[in-house]
Amino acid sequence: MKHWLQTIGEGAIAILAWVGRYAIFAGRALRDALRPPFEGGEVARQIYEIGWRSVPLISTSGFAIGVVLSMHTRASLERFGAEAMIPAGLAIALIRETGPLTAALLMSGRVGAGIGAELGAMRVTEQIDALEASAVDSFKYLAVTRILACIISMPLLTVVMDFAGILGGFLAERAITHMSFGLYFTRAFSLVEFQDFIPATLKTMVFGFLIGSVASHLGFETTGGTEGVGQTSTRSVVLASILIIATNVVLVRLIFFFFPVVAS
Amino acid sequence: MTAPPAAVRLDHVSKAFDDRPVLRDVSFDVAAGQAFCILGRSGTGKSVTLKHIIGLLQPDEGRIFVENEEITGLQGAELGRVRRRMGFLFQNAALFDSITVGENVAFPLRRHSDLSDQEIRERARAKLADVGLERDYDKMPSELSGGMRKRAGLARAMSLDPSILLVDEPSAGLDPITSAEIDDLLLERKRQGTTLIVVTHNIPSARTLGDELMLLHEGRIAAQGTTKDLERSSDDLVRAFMRSETGG
Repeated sequence: MKHWLQTIGEGAIAILAWVGRYAIFAGRALRDALRPPFEGGEVARQIYEIGWRSVPLISTSGFAIGVVLSMHTRASLERFGAEAMIPAGLAIALIRETGPLTAALLMSGRVGAGIGAELGAMRVTEQIDALEASAVDSFKYLAVTRILACIISMPLLTVVMDFAGILGGFLAERAITHMSFGLYFTRAFSLVEFQDFIPATLKTMVFGFLIGSVASHLGFETTGGTEGVGQTSTRSVVLASILIIATNVVLVRLIFFFFPVVAS
Repeated sequence: MTAPPAAVRLDHVSKAFDDRPVLRDVSFDVAAGQAFCILGRSGTGKSVTLKHIIGLLQPDEGRIFVENEEITGLQGAELGRVRRRMGFLFQNAALFDSITVGENVAFPLRRHSDLSDQEIRERARAKLADVGLERDYDKMPSELSGGMRKRAGLARAMSLDPSILLVDEPSAGLDPITSAEIDDLLLERKRQGTTLIVVTHNIPSARTLGDELMLLHEGRIAAQGTTKDLERSSDDLVRAFMRSETGG
């Protein structure tokens, strides 16, 4: 029977080995993304699959979050007689943090699981080997295209989530105060500046990279048949979500450093 | 009379996975235009040998030559150039399950030829017709039976008219009649001048196809020669294997 220290040590080594392999994989993806051939057709197809087909999920979720945020904001601001600030408070909360982070976590669930399962199934059924045997660079064709599609789609989906959320907030507010569309949007964007919108939206490109690269890496490393594919799918979501949340802390800190007005 | 040039040559190739030796000092030549069958029980390194020949695996020791060009250590575009001269039929066909059967066959043409879309479709249909699947161009791989998948896999492997065809377990999971049909298709490829390297543990199939047979046992070459050579072998393992119907 193993000593508990040995078990912990072996676990730590396995984690470090995975981190090392992932770092090499992610670095190669960034390098290969800049080298021809660029697989433009496949990137476009993946943007459709990953980005466009996520629009219903993102917009519906954004709308619901907007409604809930509006109700919470009203409950808080009503106490201070500051109901007029509800649209602006909701817009800033959505654009700066709630929209980007929620969109990324939803995408890690839908897209991370999908990429992990798809590439994992291709690995265990030798389809990746078949691509290589057909003289196609499977890494570039499968992994790089999906990672690029995630990087490109994420900020666009974040904008969709932000606007769906603001629309949800407007309808929740209108149900109570009968506020006009024009007045709501004027108030919503009265305090929002480009420094609020640009860095918060662009940081989701990092989230997209994490979702695509973690899921692709796990997919390429899949072993063990259908059980292995299931594990890959689950691990893709869990790992990508943890990395998104952890990386967000660093990114917010960086945004505060480079855009002090956002922190004020 | 001079011997025909070697289409494939393995020179003292060894390979281990996690310190477990799979191939040990394996050397053989496959003459151009011949059918070379690699026999052996499960786990003796047959499929690993095929994957070395197409560069999916690199040997720990030894060298590999394809049509007199060393491919050991080749990567990227250089390896891709060599691979375009080879076709690979996988054990489970490994058809891309997100595209139609026809697009599977068209895929190598789309990647490696300058043909128009119309010409690619026509050529893919012709390749499917060669294996009796001309009506199945628009079907998804999941709609095909095991034998049909294998035939579609063969059509894809042949789509670039390779000079060397690597075949992994053509009879695996198939009934004897379908298995014989696949053998006939492979024989037709051989008649057209394609070099065949076939991994199998189906002895009747090896007798039908093979100009030369090689028996692998525990990663080493246990015997090599014509069917008659192996049947006349004094080695108990070789004789037992050749007497069996399935080789397993």
